[in-house]
Amino acid sequence: MSESTTATLEAGTTTESQRTHISMQQALNRALDEILSADPKTVVFGEDCGQLGGVFRITDGLQAKHGESRVFDTPLAESGILGMSVGLAMAGFHPIPEVQFDGFAYPAINQIVCQIARMNYRSRGKLPMPITLRVPSFGGIRAPEHHGESLEALFAHVPGLKVVSPSDPHDAYHLLKYAASRPDPVIFMEPKSRYWQKGDVDTSDGGTLTGARIVRPGRHLTLVAWGAMVARCLQVAELAAEDGIDVEVLDLRWLKPIDAQALATSVGKTRRAVVVHEAPLTSGLGAEVAQLITQSCFDTLKAPVERVTGFDVPYPSGDLEDEYIPNIDRILLGIQRVLEYRRG
Amino acid sequence: MDSFLPAVAAADAAPLASEQLRELYSLMAAVRYLDTSAVAWQRQGIIPGYAPELGQEAAQVGSAYALDTARDFAFPTYREMGVARTMGVDMVAYMSTHKATWHGGMYDPLASRLAPIQAVVAGSVLHAVGWAHGQTLSEEPGVALSYFGDGASSQGDVHEAMNFAAVMKAPVVFFIQNNGWAISVPTERQVAGGSVAGRAAGYGIPGIQVDGNDVVAVYEATRDAFAHCRAGNGPVVVEAMTYRRGPHSTADDPGRYRSLDDERIDAGKDPLERLRERLLAVGAADEAFFAAAHEAARIEEELIRTGIEALGPRPGTEMFDFVFQETTPALENQATRWREESEHV
Ligand SMILES: Cc1ncc(C[n+]2csc(CCOP(=O)(O)OP(=O)(O)O)c2C)c(N)n1
Repeated sequence: MSESTTATLEAGTTTESQRTHISMQQALNRALDEILSADPKTVVFGEDCGQLGGVFRITDGLQAKHGESRVFDTPLAESGILGMSVGLAMAGFHPIPEVQFDGFAYPAINQIVCQIARMNYRSRGKLPMPITLRVPSFGGIRAPEHHGESLEALFAHVPGLKVVSPSDPHDAYHLLKYAASRPDPVIFMEPKSRYWQKGDVDTSDGGTLTGARIVRPGRHLTLVAWGAMVARCLQVAELAAEDGIDVEVLDLRWLKPIDAQALATSVGKTRRAVVVHEAPLTSGLGAEVAQLITQSCFDTLKAPVERVTGFDVPYPSGDLEDEYIPNIDRILLGIQRVLEYRRG
Repeated sequence: MDSFLPAVAAADAAPLASEQLRELYSLMAAVRYLDTSAVAWQRQGIIPGYAPELGQEAAQVGSAYALDTARDFAFPTYREMGVARTMGVDMVAYMSTHKATWHGGMYDPLASRLAPIQAVVAGSVLHAVGWAHGQTLSEEPGVALSYFGDGASSQGDVHEAMNFAAVMKAPVVFFIQNNGWAISVPTERQVAGGSVAGRAAGYGIPGIQVDGNDVVAVYEATRDAFAHCRAGNGPVVVEAMTYRRGPHSTADDPGRYRSLDDERIDAGKDPLERLRERLLAVGAADEAFFAAAHEAARIEEELIRTGIEALGPRPGTEMFDFVFQETTPALENQATRWREESEHV
């Protein structure tokens, strides 16, 4: 990224920003198209990824453009898809497999955890696994059972995997291209409830893609979120502002490795934090975030880090989904608990 | 059961020359010697554990002998020492996994064409399919050789692998060493229908069952399977019927599930002895040759043992070094903390 900017500047020209207003689905589709064009060793595959373009149409039109050997349908078997990715990576390819829905990553956990995550280690670095596993993730679309799960803590806990989740079309476009260019396995968690939301994408400048991102600066408190919860936290911040509470929203983006520095900087300034996630509370990533904040900001924190999360229940069906996913009221109450905290 | 490899297989391939038969014997003798010694090493405390393959020398040497390390790639489990030796893998590096030096062994998988040792049964069968499909995509002639056992064939991944390979016509040879046992469970309580090769028909793949104690038969079956794959006909299942004579691992007590008499009756004729008789019958070798082969095996074992004993523990930093190609700040911090604390102690 910076290299090309430098080259352009040296040539005495300025980079025109390339802005476009598209949905996250379109942004991901465009990113995949460009990745396939740029790297002949990239292969995109999964269930219904070919002619149909995926059930979410993320791979729409890619088979027609890049051919059936680059973009293909596999038999309906997740372990097969991920196990095959290992062999393809060993043969020098860059696999970008898709698991159709988050809940169907479970049948492939053995290959993900025991094979993909360990092959670089097992081979002492001789067999890197440049695999980007795309997982349509999280709830919010009133889908059937197993079609909306939050697996980030499970994946982030596994040594050898990296985990990222974009929250808007701009980041989706750039983070996917970035993830696919890396030599390590990345679990790319796409917030499916945000697939159709449009946003500005500057295709020429992704900014810094390695850490967290402040999506809204504020002074009184930091909301830490990722994926679909970022948009909700932005709504909450607007409402809180009406009451004179200036909320900073930090989009964590990388769930492994977590940008501990960004957490320290933001909460070091606001001195209060609430972590918001859809996943169940117990052993969720919120605990990890809270610990990182405690470690860097213990002396200045004005209240314990608060968590607003899903519950320790199997992901409920559509009718109860709104009760499960942190909603605006619950997040506001979380903010209130932190603001009203008094030392005993 | 029938072999139904189409005629495209290496029908025109020449029978093994005397020199090749002798080479097979030398390989099997080296493997036998090293295998028996490795069990002794464990008893002597040189290595903490080992998975013996006594009786499977013909299956391993014969199959690996059909492989071309210039273009093919083998995917082992944890019991393929004979395969590694036949492929010319650095045996100290191979044995280092049993020394508990490094999971996966210390050999370079890309250079040796042998994937790292791994312990999840059937874990690598799908890798073979993916690698083989990669050959198709890059229009290269390599064939993947996937090793697994009759017990592993109960895993869902084997079903997925065979189905994937058949659908994609991937050039992969599924090589099953049916050694009669999966730890304590005999094949008849592991494989419904009694034959893994028999299942191949259900995937539309040719399957062949071969006498796994006959190194020539194993070699020829594998060679034909490779020819079938290389001709673009997709995968083949080869099931070598053999017998694991010793324990499953150095921690196993086979006396709890079979008697020595059962073992003697079921194991059949020793594959090494069989080849020896064959060589003598066709006049391809004499006693001096056998004596020399065994002496070479003894010397080789000594060198490998010396190499293994000389392997010191790996530097602790390596624990952190190979997790990723691009390390993470958290991991760097943990490595730094580890360094400080281990120096402090
Ligand atoms: C998935 C899995 N489950 C259990 C084990 C423990 N285990 C190791 S070897 C083995 C038996 C395997 O039998 P088989 O596939 O026939 O191969 P063999 O050991 O006879 O060569 C078992 C149960 C394992 N390694 N992997």
